[in-house]
Amino acid sequence: MNASLSHASYLDPVLNRYGHRPENLMQILREAQEHFGWLHPDAIAYLTGQLKVPRTKIEGVASFYSFFYLEPRGKYRVLFSDNITDRMLGNAELLERMCRNLWVERGKTSEDGLVSIDFTSCTGMCDQGPAMLVNNIAITNLTEQRVDAICDLIREQVPLSGWPAEYFTVIDNIRKKGMLLEEGFVPGSALKAALARGAEGMLGEVKASGLRGRGGAGFSTGMKWEFSRNAPGEAHYVVCNADEGEPGTFKDRVLLNSYADKVFEGMTLCGYVIGAKKGMVYLRGEYRYLLDHLNAMLARRRAQNLLGANILGQAGFDFDIEVHLGAGAYICGEESALIESLEGKRGTPRNRPPFPVTHGYLNQPTVVNNVETFAATCHIAIHGGDWYAGVGTEKSSGTKIMSISGDCARPGIYEYEFGVSVRQMLHDCGASDPQAVQVSGPSGVTVSAAEFDRVLAFEDIGTAGAFMVFDQSRDMFEVARNFVHFFAHESCGFCTPCRVGTSLLKNLMDKLHNGHGSPYDFKEIENLNQLLLSMSHCGLGHTACNPVLDTIVKFRPAYDKRMLHQEFTPAFDLDWSLQAARQMTGRDDKHAHLSNAQEPQA
Amino acid sequence: MTKTFKLDGKDIPFKDGQTIIQAALDAGSYIPHLCHHPEFKPHGSCKLCTVKVNGRETASCTMAAAEGQVVESETEQLNAERRALTQMLFVEGNHFCPSCEKSGDCQLQATAYHLGMMDTHYDHFFPNRPLDASHEDYLLDFNRCILCSLCVRASRDVDGKNVFALAGRGIKTRLIVNAASGRLADTDFSAVDKAASVCPVGVILPKKRGFKVPIGERTFDKQPIDVYVDSRMTQKETADE
Repeated sequence: MNASLSHASYLDPVLNRYGHRPENLMQILREAQEHFGWLHPDAIAYLTGQLKVPRTKIEGVASFYSFFYLEPRGKYRVLFSDNITDRMLGNAELLERMCRNLWVERGKTSEDGLVSIDFTSCTGMCDQGPAMLVNNIAITNLTEQRVDAICDLIREQVPLSGWPAEYFTVIDNIRKKGMLLEEGFVPGSALKAALARGAEGMLGEVKASGLRGRGGAGFSTGMKWEFSRNAPGEAHYVVCNADEGEPGTFKDRVLLNSYADKVFEGMTLCGYVIGAKKGMVYLRGEYRYLLDHLNAMLARRRAQNLLGANILGQAGFDFDIEVHLGAGAYICGEESALIESLEGKRGTPRNRPPFPVTHGYLNQPTVVNNVETFAATCHIAIHGGDWYAGVGTEKSSGTKIMSISGDCARPGIYEYEFGVSVRQMLHDCGASDPQAVQVSGPSGVTVSAAEFDRVLAFEDIGTAGAFMVFDQSRDMFEVARNFVHFFAHESCGFCTPCRVGTSLLKNLMDKLHNGHGSPYDFKEIENLNQLLLSMSHCGLGHTACNPVLDTIVKFRPAYDKRMLHQEFTPAFDLDWSLQAARQMTGRDDKHAHLSNAQEPQA
Repeated sequence: MTKTFKLDGKDIPFKDGQTIIQAALDAGSYIPHLCHHPEFKPHGSCKLCTVKVNGRETASCTMAAAEGQVVESETEQLNAERRALTQMLFVEGNHFCPSCEKSGDCQLQATAYHLGMMDTHYDHFFPNRPLDASHEDYLLDFNRCILCSLCVRASRDVDGKNVFALAGRGIKTRLIVNAASGRLADTDFSAVDKAASVCPVGVILPKKRGFKVPIGERTFDKQPIDVYVDSRMTQKETADE
């Protein structure tokens, strides 16, 4: 009783703010945890009563997301970003250093409850890595010195607000500007232009522009808006997908940081066209540090009558926006999983059809567009669809913002017209010795040197905006293995092929890494790919094998050098099996190894 | 006039609102499945019922039947992929048929026989999943859970109780029960619940009646699953006797 009373003291204000609505469960859990550090069983019991939902619902949701904790974690929760670009910048060594320094094992909480340290999926700071999150707030540019200093701050229990501000500095790193990144956008100017055109007229311009979704799939924005506008419903909704989880992508971070007016105005344009009163931004949990900034921007836009009732004096044009925070789940970038998450559920992709345009948030017609897509619609409102269609290529109009990272002199944000070649981009970012580029993240395509004249456009390489460069010194097998681990970690677990298949693939790649692969495994990978393609529930499963298939074809020597066995597949390795015993005894000397075991090649 | 679609060349009549698998099973045409159950809302997670509809793979339990669809199910490729899915379900859990009370009544085992699964092919994951024997009448053996969510749906939609739910993510997805202790005994689960009799495998097992029906005389000992036998229907009859 006492315990639940003490939880009530911090839960009640949160519950009140979110209207005791179970749809807001994600936000309620996040704020509850920000207060208490983890979700105490008594807190869950209290929420169960207050929200009138079963305990299973709260535990089911909380355990789905990486950033919710049902068991006590450290007072300082440190998560090292583990994208391949962080790996290349030495994040693993830094994590090990920190664990050694603070006397804690990765993934565990220190005995005094002070700190827990682990890896997490890409946090979107690839241009200024290695990066980490401490209590969900981003820290960039990690070095040995910075990590040691952070260890001291943690040991002395200095609150995050007392840490040096430069640790939390996230710079935009804009290297090349096009229409979207140019300064001078006047808030309200696109809305005024749209009001002059009328809702139908504005929709016509979006259709004429040929604008396609910037999240990667490339669906026609005009058609999406039209389907939703024409769909009957009690209410229509606008959702901005800012769950920028594809490793290597960080352009939405910059758009939201410095161009949020354009993004919010684009959402408002959409609300005007489809007749929605409410818009929601689904911001990935890793970008928690942007939340206060975005809320301040929204408040300013309300004060300017660019949001709220009778926008710009137009009677009946009511629209407002709220920001929802995710909690660490890549799958929520899939639009139907994102909607489930917005509704306070596990982020499991829905069965489709029906699609969100007719049955989205709360089963009502909903447009889900990427951050960049919304920003682009402002330019269409101002300059017209034909003008926009004149930029880029025939089937890919407009510009694309690329997040460039990896082995190059000038990582950062580059805006190009569609149709730019990979070679041009490599030149611009100062990649001196490129071996390969991963375009669009793990689910995209591995481009080898022979293909550097290919172009970015839906006609050739479609992209969500990631561009990771690997120079000649990089081992492309390890790149693919990092991606496969990512997919296994992020599979939602709903459907059999993806849940089990991504783990099987991970095990296969680890087996090759440990030197126990055989040519037979290539056939296995092909079969798994076929199965995931034909039977997976959503795009995560469909694309999970891409990095492996691409690198097998284009970088075969990276695999061949790991093949100790050409004719058979040993099921296990005796020496490797002793690993657990070595860890338990803290030994790694010669006598703790089986001498007859064949050592994996370095 | 009755609407029909073609399943492997055969005309299957359907009513509006029916899914492909519903119409097929009603017409006596078996499509392998595990998470589908005729009495419950479709879920679409096991993917065994995947068919090709007009050349495109899709789960037949979530796809609405439509006039003139050309559906392929009994193809070598689809059955090979279904076999692989079944093998995946075997290796991600701990399925030891010879000692399992559900042997002979188990849809997973019967489906594996139907698909000609001769081995598990993949390396076993050997997960550590403790049993829950806390309840007086029922035992939960999570080792055999295939995450079909039928007990979740039965408890929520029929019993109105929410005793079961899926928790975790990815390969760590697991079945949980509605109690702070995590024990079935501390929930309002009861033997007469629909959720008590809906498990297609051997997770939710009644106590004190082990091997009441001898092996050799169980559902799938008498008839293979493709003549569309649902062991759960038989179980119900036995319980009613």
